Parts: sequence; C-alpha cells; structure tokens
Amino acid sequence: MRATNELRRTPLYQVHKALGARIVDFAGWEMPVQYAGVMEEHKAVRSSCGIFDVSHMGEIEIAGPKAEQACNMVATNNAERLVDGKCQYTIICNESGMALDDTILYRINSEKFIFCVNASNVEKIYDWLCARVGQVASVIDRSSEYGLIAFQGPKARGVLADITEDDTSVIKGFHFAFVTLCGVEVMLSRTGYTGEDGFEIFCPAASTAKIWNALMQAGSDEGITPVGLGARDTLRLEMGYPLYGHELTEETTPVEAGLKRFISVDGGDYFGKEVIAGQLAGGTLRKLVGIEMIDKAIPRAGYPIMKDGVQVGEVTSGTFSPTLERPIAMAYLELPVSEPGTEVYINLRGKMRAARVAKLPFYRRSK
Amino acid sequence: MDFPQDLKYTKEHEWVKEEGGSVVIGVTDYAQDSLGDIVYVELPSEGADVTKDEPFGVVESVKAVSDLYSPVSGTVLEVNDSIVDSPEVINDEPYGDAWMLKIELAEPSELDGLLSVEEYKNYIEEES
Repeated sequence: MRATNELRRTPLYQVHKALGARIVDFAGWEMPVQYAGVMEEHKAVRSSCGIFDVSHMGEIEIAGPKAEQACNMVATNNAERLVDGKCQYTIICNESGMALDDTILYRINSEKFIFCVNASNVEKIYDWLCARVGQVASVIDRSSEYGLIAFQGPKARGVLADITEDDTSVIKGFHFAFVTLCGVEVMLSRTGYTGEDGFEIFCPAASTAKIWNALMQAGSDEGITPVGLGARDTLRLEMGYPLYGHELTEETTPVEAGLKRFISVDGGDYFGKEVIAGQLAGGTLRKLVGIEMIDKAIPRAGYPIMKDGVQVGEVTSGTFSPTLERPIAMAYLELPVSEPGTEVYINLRGKMRAARVAKLPFYRRSK
Repeated sequence: MDFPQDLKYTKEHEWVKEEGGSVVIGVTDYAQDSLGDIVYVELPSEGADVTKDEPFGVVESVKAVSDLYSPVSGTVLEVNDSIVDSPEVINDEPYGDAWMLKIELAEPSELDGLLSVEEYKNYIEEES
C-alpha cells in the first residue's frame, strides 16, 4: 500500500527540476505544469516541436488466446479491426454506458494488447478489467515498466529521424512499431493529444531520460521546447479533445461526448452497449459543444450556461487559446440550444456574459 | 525577482506607491510569475469606490482566474486602460507600464499597515 499523501515521480523528475519546471501535484504525481510559460510552449508545438513527459499515464496489458475478445468485452471500439502494429481510441464504460476512462488500445499481436489509460484511472481500470475479464485473459499492470514521452509538432518527424536508423516515416497515424532510438528499443506510436503530427514513445523506464536528452539535443536547432501540462491542456482544448474528469466522467456517455466514431455497433457486447446503442438510435438530451465568447473574460470549468434565464448547461473546460488569441471552452448543452451559432450566456462568477456555440475543433493544422 | 525599495506591499501580492494624497497600485513580480501568461484583466471604472481588502478586479492567466484585492480604501482617479488591451504587459513590466489604478485615499492611515519590501520578501519566502 502507498500512503495517500505520497506523490509519485516519473523517471524524468530530475530532468524537469534541472530545466527549472514548475512542478505540481497532478493525479498523485509530481508533474511539470510549465517550463518557459504556457503560451511559448504551446506555440512551439504548433510551429516546431515540443517534448512532453506523460510517463504518469498507465499501461495495462491484456494477454492470452482470448485477449481480443476480452478487449471487446470492455471497450466501445472494435478491437477486431486492429492488426499487429495498429492502435485505436476507445472508451471503457460501466454497465450504464458511463465513461470509466478513455484510452488507446494497442495490438502488439493477436495474444497481446495494451490499454494506455489516464494516470488518475490506472487503479480503477486495472481493478475493473481484473473483475470483468480476468477469467478470459491475463490483466497485467505494466505502468511502472514504462516511461512515456510525447514528441509533437511539424518538426517532430525530422528531429526523430536524427536519433534512429529505423525508417519511422513508414509508421502512419494510429500505427506503431518497435524501433531503436539512440540504442534503446522503444514502442513508437504515431499518436498524440495536440492536433499536430507527432509520436508517443513508450520507453523502458530506466532509459526514458536517455531518450529525452537525445531528442533535446537533436532538436536544439529546431527550437525543441519542453512542454508542461499547462500547454498540453491548451493544445488539446483547441482540438476539442476530451479530458477525462472534465468532458468525460462517470456521469457522461461517449455518445453525449460526440465520440460516435469510436463506438462500434458490430463488435463485442461491451459493458454499457445497451445504453449506448439506445442513445445512438434515439439521441441524447445533451451534447458536448464548443463555446466562443462574445463578451470578454474566460469561461472556466463548472460555470453555468444560461438561455432565457434558465440553466441549459455547464462549461467543462475553458482557457485562452494561444493560437486564436481568444477564450475558448467546451461545454455540455441541452440539445435544443446546442447548434453552432446559438447565443447563450455564461454565468461568470455572478456576471452574465454573452457567448455562442462554436464548431469543434477550434484549430486545424495546415496540411 | 525584482522588488523595488520605494514601494509598499500586501500579502495579496499587490504593490502600492505613494504620490501625495493618492496612491498607484499594481501586482508584484512574484504575482505575475506565479500566475503565468496573463491574458485578461478587469478593472473598475474611474470614479468607483474601492475598499481595503475587498476585490476590485480580476486577472486571468491561461490557467486560472484570480481576484485583485484593494490594498487601500478610496476613490479611483485613473485606470490604466492600456493593460486591458495588452494584459501581457503585466508579465513584462509589473511595476512600470502595468500599473493598474490611481486611488485617492479615504484613510491615509491605512498605509501604515502595508508591508515594507523586507517584510514582503520574508512573507513570500515563508509562503513558497
């Protein structure tokens, strides 16, 4: 057992300290929230490349002859559509169709899959998987074996090529491969949480700092920038990506969150499928939308949204968009007022401020 | 971090500069550094009354919103509208171009309760 007040550190903790990061408690981990500043870090990812420590995320392996079946019993996407070296975004729900976590599922081979889960949910999901599919396949928490580096931005691919002899350009989006970076074998995934091209690098925990340092050195001419959780949040918000605990919780379904593309109707009978299929057919009462401000000020998580004097929703995340240089937010709104362009009011600490429903995403990278 | 000698300070991380019967106020270098990139400021209008230890405005960084607490009571004589249009100046020049309000003092004796630069430095050392 671990004392509840004891914060965990990733293999890169000392690296962050040396870089002068501001460290905060995030989901029980001491994590860098910013280095040079959120705006600068954000812009570096959009224009060049940024390097993130996301080693706090969890890796849970599902293994055995029935591994694929086990995955399809617990997650909304269809694992049958995966092949070796392909991954998919998928949501683990409870029996009521409410989201327990949003994850990326990797198929290593037909008998070995890995769920990459949010730091705050590792224990919950491990317990859930053991209880629900522990009889069908082995469930192994491998989180402590991995460090995880996200390397994102238009220059990421070119910089990465400098520290490997493998051809990483053959790895397409939502695919991964085992490659050697500066002498270390890693699982290299063409995925990310920023809306830019980039990679997520699953490294052996003990070699994480070696790979971080090699990338920092290789990318110095391109202005590689370490990026903290602050800019990770502004980057994902510009893309309209959900963050567990905000847009997805145990009180929201993936249909309400607009994640239909990641829900299979032909795959397994996963927990919550009945509720989710019902919502796919019959619709939901509320919907996740984007919000832009007409008046000034920044909408923040938890602020009520009003229409004609009645509350019609709530902000789930809000920030100042460094790319658009204006406030942006995501919110749940009742269906009749959820059309883009609809004008609403946000109760900003007691003051009513005009806003309107906006299309997601707020940002699209140029091809 | 920079803390000019000729200013008074508060535990809410505002600075106060005396100018005869009035004062100019703003937020400290420590405050702007803790907040991070400042992107929005809301200030009262000229002629508004402010009260010591009560909120007079709001400053928002990318990450968070914070109330601004008035270090003194009085009437707002001047408002620095330029920082409303360019809030990032607060990060760059917290004591210079990013002054916030000029206030006519209602109770000049309130100045006696403010912190000296040494007291403020000690306070933030204990706090961090």
